[in-house]
Amino acid sequence: MLRYAYLRILGAIPTLLLVIAIAFLMVHSAPGGPFDAARVLPPEIERNIERAYHLDDTLFEQFTSYLQGLWHGDLGPSYRYRDSTVSELIAGALPLSMKLGALAMLLAVVAGVSAGIIAALRKNTIIDRMVTGVAMVGISIPIFVIAPLMVLVFAVTLGWLPASWAGSGSSDRLLMPVIALALPQIAYIARLTRASMINIMSSDFVRTARAQGLCTMSIIRYHAIKPAMLPLLSYMGPAVAGILTGSVVVEEVFGIPGVGQFFIRGALNRDYTLVLGITVVYAALVIFLNLVVDLLYGYLDPRIRDR
Amino acid sequence: MSAFSALRPVARYIRASRMVAICVLFLLLVALVALAGPLLSPNDYISTDFDNRFGAPTMQGMQFFGTDEFGRDLFSRTLLGIQVTLFVAVIASIVSLGIGVIYGATAGFIGGKVDAVMMRAVDALYALPFVFLVILLMVAFERNFLLIFVAIGAINWLDMARIVRGQTISLKHREFVDAARLIGVSTPGIIWRHITPNLFGVVVVYMTLTIPQAILVESFLSFLGLGVQEPQTSLGALVNSGITHMGRAPWLLIIPASVLAFILFCFNFLGDGLRDVVDPKNKT
Repeated sequence: MLRYAYLRILGAIPTLLLVIAIAFLMVHSAPGGPFDAARVLPPEIERNIERAYHLDDTLFEQFTSYLQGLWHGDLGPSYRYRDSTVSELIAGALPLSMKLGALAMLLAVVAGVSAGIIAALRKNTIIDRMVTGVAMVGISIPIFVIAPLMVLVFAVTLGWLPASWAGSGSSDRLLMPVIALALPQIAYIARLTRASMINIMSSDFVRTARAQGLCTMSIIRYHAIKPAMLPLLSYMGPAVAGILTGSVVVEEVFGIPGVGQFFIRGALNRDYTLVLGITVVYAALVIFLNLVVDLLYGYLDPRIRDR
Repeated sequence: MSAFSALRPVARYIRASRMVAICVLFLLLVALVALAGPLLSPNDYISTDFDNRFGAPTMQGMQFFGTDEFGRDLFSRTLLGIQVTLFVAVIASIVSLGIGVIYGATAGFIGGKVDAVMMRAVDALYALPFVFLVILLMVAFERNFLLIFVAIGAINWLDMARIVRGQTISLKHREFVDAARLIGVSTPGIIWRHITPNLFGVVVVYMTLTIPQAILVESFLSFLGLGVQEPQTSLGALVNSGITHMGRAPWLLIIPASVLAFILFCFNFLGDGLRDVVDPKNKT
């Protein structure tokens, strides 16, 4: 297990460095500088600005100094929000985005697993067909279609819930964003759970347990649930990536001042350092969570770690 | 084994279910619409009419879907949106097909350590928030069309590589491969002449799953205002501008949103069933 953990942790570091390098290169190979849009400056002043932002160094020097800054939690100055650094902007917005993402993840796992298990136990009945049908629809309809339609129905037409973040109470304004963010993941998790549960329930050890006279509930609780959840565990990485991507849309539609909104603003305003910083932070987050999932998987399934 | 024999169970599957047949018909219709585009409408998609802003859907003047905030005909714009969205998706899928087939066939055919390293790389790439890198790309460079294709194609090849690798492994021990090796065909030659043609069936099926993914990414970018730019449009861009005016003219949101959802649903439904036909092990 220790050797397995070592290998995985060692594997995660080059992945992260590679992503940072790709992202960094992309931004720095962009035609034109960040200050080209401003009025034409005398060459001496331009050189001073470039020196202040270290734009006159070689690309490699810039990259190593970016990595050094990153190590100390410094992502450089924002090009548009002149008064704050990228780290400050992200740190300010991250708690809200994390809260939203964590709640959506929780809802997705609870609702998805329950729906999947129910569908698997009632295989080929009307309940199963409904779950699989709704899941198919949930996977097909993109989040940026669902979210505004929810606003249209529940906020604009029915008036049950607030349409936007600003100027409304604390808890009910979280409800729609969390549901919208969780819906596609609920659909994926329900399908995965159903497939793996059906697989497990028809395996030999479950048949043995049944022959010994255990009731279905005990079989699920003591025998089936753990192996059935393993495929789900390996889906957690992509699920986190999906929720982070979705949060950009949800924050935009509901006007939530989170990291996603900064990301879009940054992208539209060509705020290179901000967009680069958010990409790096999110990539690090996803790679870290994947590592945790990998380690958990190795811990739960000995076959994996011996490979 | 000819390239087309692999498609025989696929054809049988399509004939077996009515729901699948409906999806196929709908997608064929969408494909025809995409070919013709805004030509199908008597109104053009570009001329504005400020006396007729936010016009409700009407038979009059053939403005079936009403008009948008500039008085442009939404029916023509939706047709254009379908055309642009599908065009981007198909090109992007071809790019991802190219990368995925070459990568997967190489890994599967060479096998051993090379295979292990190549597939570990795919595993590592799987969980990255790729869309963020694509957006970064869009920010760094001018938002040109070609870049959208390449970017979307570049992130969608992972599934294809995995499936092609599996097929290649099952193909490489067949007699005709041994025979080719015996007469001295080089490894790239065998991969190109003998392995790739036999992957045809699986690859076609996986295209039906890659296209909706590409549509999703394209409309996501357009939704954020980073994809297709005015006066061109795509389904994602139409949904985006529909949101701005949904209180006043809900059809501007509902119509493009439902068209997009229908297309995605049909592709997913079809691809899902077809995947079970060609690859029963991977059943979900």
